[in-house]
Amino acid sequence: MTPITQRLSSIRKLDRKTTAQILRVSAHMLSLYALALLLFDYSRNNLGADPVREILLRTGEPALVLLILSLAVTPLTLLFGWKQLHPLRRIFGLYAFLYVALHLLTFIWLDYGLNLAYILDGILEQNFVLVGFAAFVLLLPLAITSNKWSQRKLGKKWKTLHKLVYIIIMLALIHFWWLVKNVYYMPFLYSAMVTVLLLLRWQPVKQKALRFQRWYRSR
Amino acid sequence: MLIKKRTGIEIPSSEITPQHLYLSRRQFMAGAAMATTAGLLAACGAGGSPEEANTAPVNSGNGGTAVSATTDELGDPLNTYDEITNYNNYYEFNTTKDGPARLAKDFPTAPWQVEVGGMVKNPKTYAMEDLLKFDQEERIYRLRCVEAWSMVIPWVGFPLAKLLNEVEPTADAKYVRFETIYDPDNMPGQRGRMFPWPYVEGLTVEEAMQDLTILSTGLYGETLLPQNGAPIRLVVPWKYGFKSIKAIVKIELVDYMPTSLWMESAPTEYGFYANVNPEVNHPRWSQATERRIGELGRRPTLLFNGYAEQVAHLYPDPKYDTNLKPRGS
Ligand code: HEM
Repeated sequence: MTPITQRLSSIRKLDRKTTAQILRVSAHMLSLYALALLLFDYSRNNLGADPVREILLRTGEPALVLLILSLAVTPLTLLFGWKQLHPLRRIFGLYAFLYVALHLLTFIWLDYGLNLAYILDGILEQNFVLVGFAAFVLLLPLAITSNKWSQRKLGKKWKTLHKLVYIIIMLALIHFWWLVKNVYYMPFLYSAMVTVLLLLRWQPVKQKALRFQRWYRSR
Repeated sequence: MLIKKRTGIEIPSSEITPQHLYLSRRQFMAGAAMATTAGLLAACGAGGSPEEANTAPVNSGNGGTAVSATTDELGDPLNTYDEITNYNNYYEFNTTKDGPARLAKDFPTAPWQVEVGGMVKNPKTYAMEDLLKFDQEERIYRLRCVEAWSMVIPWVGFPLAKLLNEVEPTADAKYVRFETIYDPDNMPGQRGRMFPWPYVEGLTVEEAMQDLTILSTGLYGETLLPQNGAPIRLVVPWKYGFKSIKAIVKIELVDYMPTSLWMESAPTEYGFYANVNPEVNHPRWSQATERRIGELGRRPTLLFNGYAEQVAHLYPDPKYDTNLKPRGS
């Protein structure tokens, strides 16, 4: 290699590294935005007359959005070949877990005052909470194994385990459908997004997506 | 607003908790439940930010002071004027809790008429001025929403029975049917197709004649604000909040069980009676506990919202009427 091409390739490499870095930092900032805003509004005493419900809603919705973002990464690489996005799956997934954990903590602590009898009634007697809780339980092993070590240790099983995310997103959507009172825009919107993201994983559609990618890259 | 008479549910004055006691009790409850987040209490109790205070519709400015007691008859503190006027379910405006306060600001409540008719001897269309001629009393009631939150509200109004006695229901009249104004120009929520507007609610004649049942025209000694159902709304404290229909323009005595808006739009979820009952769950929400706005943690829900003594006799068995359709219908 000539010095010049060497230099060029090292620039390109650096470029790729910076891109990855920028993407990572952006993903962290995007994920933390809702939490930062929530804390800001809390500090300004700006959570309305029922702060408990406000915190429930403002941890639940980001959790769902982040799960969807995490699911969106693979279809986006499929369509545009943006392989650099891959690490974002884990970042979004882990933040989704953080918000769900805060959501659950709000429920059992702020709302139900850590009263075990009330909490049990609240989870078992309300179907929408029960499915939400199931989603949380299934998210636990995914969060615990979201690291390189577990990935190596589990090998093939890791991939199978992480397919649980499909069940989790379904439970989360059912959770949302069941909790809204007759006005279904938002659950509809999120369900539509998830449908598209799942369809893109289906072989016949996937082939078309790959063809699109080849066309897109050759432009 | 002129309150000619103050009556409430009769309670010995010894049971009314003095203000300093309920304040410390509130703080204690929160502190005990969650010592490290005690700061949240301020967010709960104090209500709005300074901006909100400036933009909130102002009546005479002394909202929150013109009340005869600081607690309900069970010793629980009143919710603040801010909480009551900024946390509303009023789908005629929108489906959020803080939206109605904003969107209803310019809702025209005058002139206003309420048509009272149907199976009565003396049908009459009342101008709001006529309705304000009934002695306006203060009634401190718990309001329990089917979504499992609650408030304590110092209403001002008069017993519905007084109005009904004036129009004299005939012997055939079995139910009272109420209707909210249909005014899509001023009620953005009514422009949507999601619900069969206008809002309709109903009571049996016995329920309507019960002394606890009032038509409210104010709260905290102030004229009612639009988001709370101005200029005149029903308050039936032993039933879930959605029974207490707002902005009433029509009251009709009928011989059939009226189909309410909620019965029509979600028949598997809402029935006619909708009495507060901790042992009968709504399909979505457990009714065993409730979150009192302004408090952390939950309190157990009381049968008939704590008014069993006054109203249990109206029903053959406490479980007979629920928020679900009466069984077998
Ligand atoms: C993957 C897990 C979960 C996701 C993605 C999720 C998501 C959501 C969303 C999107 C909302 C509605 C927000 C809105 O209306 O703007 C919500 C509300 C709620 N969730 Fe979850 N949730 C999850 C788990 C849970 C768990 C574990 C619990 C409790 C044990 C729970 C209890 C609630 C409650 C009580 C509400 C509020 C209902 C209301 O007051 O309207 N959720 N959640």
